[in-house]
Amino acid sequence: MEIPYTVEPRPDSGLANGKLGIWLFLASEVMLFGALFSSYILLRVGAVEWPHGELNVWLGAVNTVILICSSVTMVVAWAQLKMNNFAKGRGYLILTAVLALVFLVNKYFEYAAHFSRGEGPWHSTFLAIYFTLTGLHGLHIIGGIVVMAYLAGPGAKLWNRNPDQYANRVEYTGLYWHFVDLVWIFLFPLLYLL
Amino acid sequence: MHSDPAEIKKSIRTYGIVGGLLLVFTAITVGVNQVHLAVPLAIMVALIIATMKGSMVAAIFMHLNHEKKWIYGALILTVVLFIAVLMLPMLSMSDTIGTPTGIARTVEH
Repeated sequence: MEIPYTVEPRPDSGLANGKLGIWLFLASEVMLFGALFSSYILLRVGAVEWPHGELNVWLGAVNTVILICSSVTMVVAWAQLKMNNFAKGRGYLILTAVLALVFLVNKYFEYAAHFSRGEGPWHSTFLAIYFTLTGLHGLHIIGGIVVMAYLAGPGAKLWNRNPDQYANRVEYTGLYWHFVDLVWIFLFPLLYLL
Repeated sequence: MHSDPAEIKKSIRTYGIVGGLLLVFTAITVGVNQVHLAVPLAIMVALIIATMKGSMVAAIFMHLNHEKKWIYGALILTVVLFIAVLMLPMLSMSDTIGTPTGIARTVEH
């Protein structure tokens, strides 16, 4: 039996099931990160002093640029698929995954520098919330890479059977990816600059 | 959301422009940080720029500038709950239970 409303919109909501599903998932993600941002405020307001200049601003800024570029390549991948350019769409999807990997490599160097100085999450309140927030964000990046690798690899066979459904899957992955970018847009100034 | 290929082709240019603007705003955020403003002002400036960047990502890349009302409804509820969660630390600050002031007030009553 075929799952209904994977491509055509439902008559009641005007949306395909996947579209509403991914937005409800993102709503739950907003609450997850919201709780952690709230914890950040609580810890910062309650702290006698808050460290400045502990993190490498330039590395953080480079990672911001990488994520913004990956958001552009992601949305262009979807646009190319909607214009029936499968090869270009897949190419931009792979480029997005590569940019995400570069982000993680930068993060690895950043984490390694901290641990080499004995500055783990146990070292201070600031580093505890820093590792919690960026660690959770990093897990989201890894999740995004896995989904993009599937869609560009074995999942790409769907394009031959049902191109609209494939384009929808890329669109939902894109919505998730832009959310991950959006979270970083707020994490960067909060952790690196303020 | 656009479904006409010609419209989508035009929107690719918009995505590029928005991406460029996001990079410019990132440069401004880092530049302002180098000026060493007073902490309250620096927080305000950084959060205003971050909010502008976030709105652009949500409106253009996530297509929230033309979405269905079901999605707007779910997001409005999320925003209300998100603000409530962010306000929780304020409740904890006004909570005096267990502090000497709180005990004194309890005894008086």
